[in-house]
Amino acid sequence: MNPEPHGLLYYFFNFDMMAQAAPEIMAGFWLTLGMAALVVTGGTALGLALAVVRAFQIRPLNWAIIFFVDLFRAVPALVIIVVVFFALPFAGLTFSPFWATTISLILVLAGFSEEVFWAGITAVDRGQWEAARSTGLGFLETLGYIILPQAVRLAIPPLTNWVIAITKSTALGSFVAVPEILSQASSAQSSLANPSPLTFAAFLFLVIFAPLVMFTRWLERRYGWRR
Amino acid sequence: MSVDRASPPILTIRGLTKHFGKLDVLKGVDLDVLRREVIVVIGPSGSGKSTLLRCLNRLEEPSAGTIMFDGRTITDPGVDMNKVRKDIGMVFQSFNLYPHLTALDNVTLALRRVLGMDKAAAEARGRAVLAEVGLAEKAAVHPGQLSGGQQQRVGIARALALEPKVMLFDEPTSALDPELVGGVLDVMRRMRERGMTMLVVTHEMGFAREAADRVIFMDEGEIVEQGPPAQIFGAPQHKRTASFLARVLHR
Repeated sequence: MNPEPHGLLYYFFNFDMMAQAAPEIMAGFWLTLGMAALVVTGGTALGLALAVVRAFQIRPLNWAIIFFVDLFRAVPALVIIVVVFFALPFAGLTFSPFWATTISLILVLAGFSEEVFWAGITAVDRGQWEAARSTGLGFLETLGYIILPQAVRLAIPPLTNWVIAITKSTALGSFVAVPEILSQASSAQSSLANPSPLTFAAFLFLVIFAPLVMFTRWLERRYGWRR
Repeated sequence: MSVDRASPPILTIRGLTKHFGKLDVLKGVDLDVLRREVIVVIGPSGSGKSTLLRCLNRLEEPSAGTIMFDGRTITDPGVDMNKVRKDIGMVFQSFNLYPHLTALDNVTLALRRVLGMDKAAAEARGRAVLAEVGLAEKAAVHPGQLSGGQQQRVGIARALALEPKVMLFDEPTSALDPELVGGVLDVMRRMRERGMTMLVVTHEMGFAREAADRVIFMDEGEIVEQGPPAQIFGAPQHKRTASFLARVLHR
């Protein structure tokens, strides 16, 4: 049964059109899912690592970290993608569109997540450091067993927002011709003269991000404790 | 048990000085702490008593002076303070329990990571020490579910479990509701009976009077007067001591 032409259902929920576009969009889905997984894990891991290094308070290293973090927070992600893809080859570094986008977003997420983890580390009461050190625990042990578990828990809610916002920017990959969900959907929209593939793409974004949100909620509970 | 006056002091402090910027918090403190001695440090706020305590395990870095602990000068450069600190227990005004760990894990963490005990041995000792402070049944509970008095007793157990040679108490009851103070002081009295060497900064004059071997009155970064409680409370030699005691005892 075909929906009545020119109605809302015809334009946005046209399953015929979705079915025609499905193979390309699904290919884009797997690509986006891969980029999202790499960006989330790579970006938060790098951000956490930078925050841990910053905790050592070694001045030249701190300046380098702060510069890195401010740079990637200030410059729009699209500019970074374009630089990595079009400019770095002149320096002998050539990346595929997929990797240019993924690496750029890892760097951006690392910048934001470093700042969130660092805020978490500094928010842990100084008395926690003192108590742990007074029992003979070293700096790294105190950081690992006492400070980071509390800092990471504090960081999870704000971090979730950044993770989602920046992972959604995988759609910016279309500027350097990454055939991810959104670019596949909009080219299908042009060739079919129908925007239903975009509806399908929106649904697929939900499929990616709903589990991510549920996972972070679980993390919050898992590392929750009553104060 | 009584003070060991035959052995050399466990702590020998000479010319201990600490300044924060231009503010002189400690102005050359000399003090010997004997084994099994209980010293209560009293004095107005800002007199440097907490800073003195925090310099002894170098949570606060002394500006000058020497501290000899159990025969070793721990203010020397190159001293491994992590090794020294396991022998100097510290109890904090604000408890500073690890909120993400259970009471038992609060106690066993250093047993495992500092003393290198295995899990079973650490938990056995952890449970025994929690029982000593009357909290055997709270082992699996997180600090947030304990009262202030119970939290402080876990704080004492955390320090006590390492079997330190001296315990430092930095105003252990100041953050507690009045009805919870007694339980914590009881635990400290029992530790005294077992011969623990203790340095206690407190405003609990009753505890000082009855449990201290020696009371030290500090003011403006110096030890003004020291002696047995009967002397300090009964016949203070110094005007500043007398006026401080008048202020705190006649409230």
